Amino acid sequence: MTSTTLANPSAARVAQRGNVWGRRFLIAAAWLIFTLFLLLPLYVVVNEALKQGLGTFFTSILEPDALSALKLTLIAVGISVPLNVVFGVAAAWCVSKYDFKGKSLLVTLIDLPFSVSPVIAGLIYVLMFGAQGWFGPWLQDHDIQIVFAVPGIVLATIFVTVPFVARELIPLMQEQGTQEEEAARLLGANGWQMFWHVTLPNIKWGLIYGVVLCTARAMGEFGAVSVVSGHIRGMTNTLPLHVEILYNEYNHVAAFSVASLLLALAIFILLLKQWSESRINRLKASAAEE
Amino acid sequence: MSRRISPVIPGFGLTLGYTLFYLSLLVLIPLAAMFIKTTQLSWDEFIAIISAPRVLAALKLSFVTALIAALINGVIGTLLAWVLVRYKFPGRKIIEAMIDLPFALPTAVAGIALTALYTPTGLIGQFADSLGFKVAYTPLGISLALTFVTLPFVVRTLQPVLADIPREVEEAATCLGAKPLQVIRYVLLPALLPAWLTGFSLAFARGIGEYGSVIFIAGNMPMKTEILPLLIMVKLDQYDYAGATAIGVLMLVVSFILLLFINLLQRRISTTS
Repeated sequence: MTSTTLANPSAARVAQRGNVWGRRFLIAAAWLIFTLFLLLPLYVVVNEALKQGLGTFFTSILEPDALSALKLTLIAVGISVPLNVVFGVAAAWCVSKYDFKGKSLLVTLIDLPFSVSPVIAGLIYVLMFGAQGWFGPWLQDHDIQIVFAVPGIVLATIFVTVPFVARELIPLMQEQGTQEEEAARLLGANGWQMFWHVTLPNIKWGLIYGVVLCTARAMGEFGAVSVVSGHIRGMTNTLPLHVEILYNEYNHVAAFSVASLLLALAIFILLLKQWSESRINRLKASAAEE
Repeated sequence: MSRRISPVIPGFGLTLGYTLFYLSLLVLIPLAAMFIKTTQLSWDEFIAIISAPRVLAALKLSFVTALIAALINGVIGTLLAWVLVRYKFPGRKIIEAMIDLPFALPTAVAGIALTALYTPTGLIGQFADSLGFKVAYTPLGISLALTFVTLPFVVRTLQPVLADIPREVEEAATCLGAKPLQVIRYVLLPALLPAWLTGFSLAFARGIGEYGSVIFIAGNMPMKTEILPLLIMVKLDQYDYAGATAIGVLMLVVSFILLLFINLLQRRISTTS
């Protein structure tokens, strides 16, 4: 190595030229991968949905079963996201503002639902609340149905989305430290005033980012919900399950029509995510300048 | 027991208590219930269930297809991360924003889209067909679906690390006479490897458990293209709760060992480099 060490200008120039071609090659490869892996599937969804024209598309997404699936999806999102927001804020608060034994274990437990297969997430609730489950007989006596009904779907959705908000907030709040909250307290704010006027404005964008990710997953969850739903048309079908049923009935145009509705929501979510992310970066940049 | 970083901030008991309560109720107790349920089986019964040929075939399939998908992502994910961090080019922002699409798109939608794309009459499938091999309804199709849904993991874990390596380090190495491969071997690889392994293991673990995107393209033939999560569904449809639970426990244990192994590997790498 030492023999070629000291300033060899032509070698540097050759490397530079090689860089230009290598760079073009890599950029072209990135575009190719992007087109093949991400753009083509999107194109296929829209293309199949519109195969028989806009009329069929709208009948497919406006038929009663599709609308009731949409309603159930909105219910599942509407319950699971707020619950996980409250949990996420509480969890991030105790993890980032205090030191205690077993903290890293707690963080691992918060992340646990990410490493559990969605099918298992559904299975555990069947084992708890199903007819043969722990609470099955008691629930039957009191005429309460959880599995193969809406509560089971909501529970499974909550399980798979538990970590999202906490995960976004923990690093953000750890970075921000506790000084501003301390100042608020010393100036006489009580706990809630401190939270509303100091902490919440600081974590706002991170919170929105977490909510966006949580909503995306809650809206699209398939495996976990599939286990606990029982697939009762018009009753316990969410939008993704409705897509599956239509597809398995070889009603491909309708399946892809509903799928393109979900695709539109996914693109909307990506835009929201991009927007909240850029706000977080701007905040970080201005904090760095100070 | 607890030491507050700052003594004036209230809410420790409330937030920790609520966190533990919520996690126990929704995550820990239900998961524990699954393990307790398996204790109703004797050890021999448990072994008999998880060593059935159909279960072992599904385990092998899930493991191998997830491994292939994670390896493919290890390559194209690194390439994408590199290009996105280091180069400015037309369309960079679009690619950057769309990388997360597999996380935002419901897996069932991904599943039917990929199936339509790769069946012998599909847009890409017809080329594969004319070359004489099948993608949809084969393990190859499963790997492709898993590659799609786990695409963001490697890209997103590598990006911040790559952005933190100053370009000057590579330029200095080049000026000192290092060839491009030497730069990669001695400068980039040691810095990137821990993050790469994290992304790889996240993709691998997600791949083993993934269900929605796979079942449409898999064909779901027992012993051939039946993944492990699907087998749990099959057992549940047959009201074989004990069987489903045993396979669930097997899956959890396998992915736990896997994550532990990769964690240890990561620790060894970061201490040696």
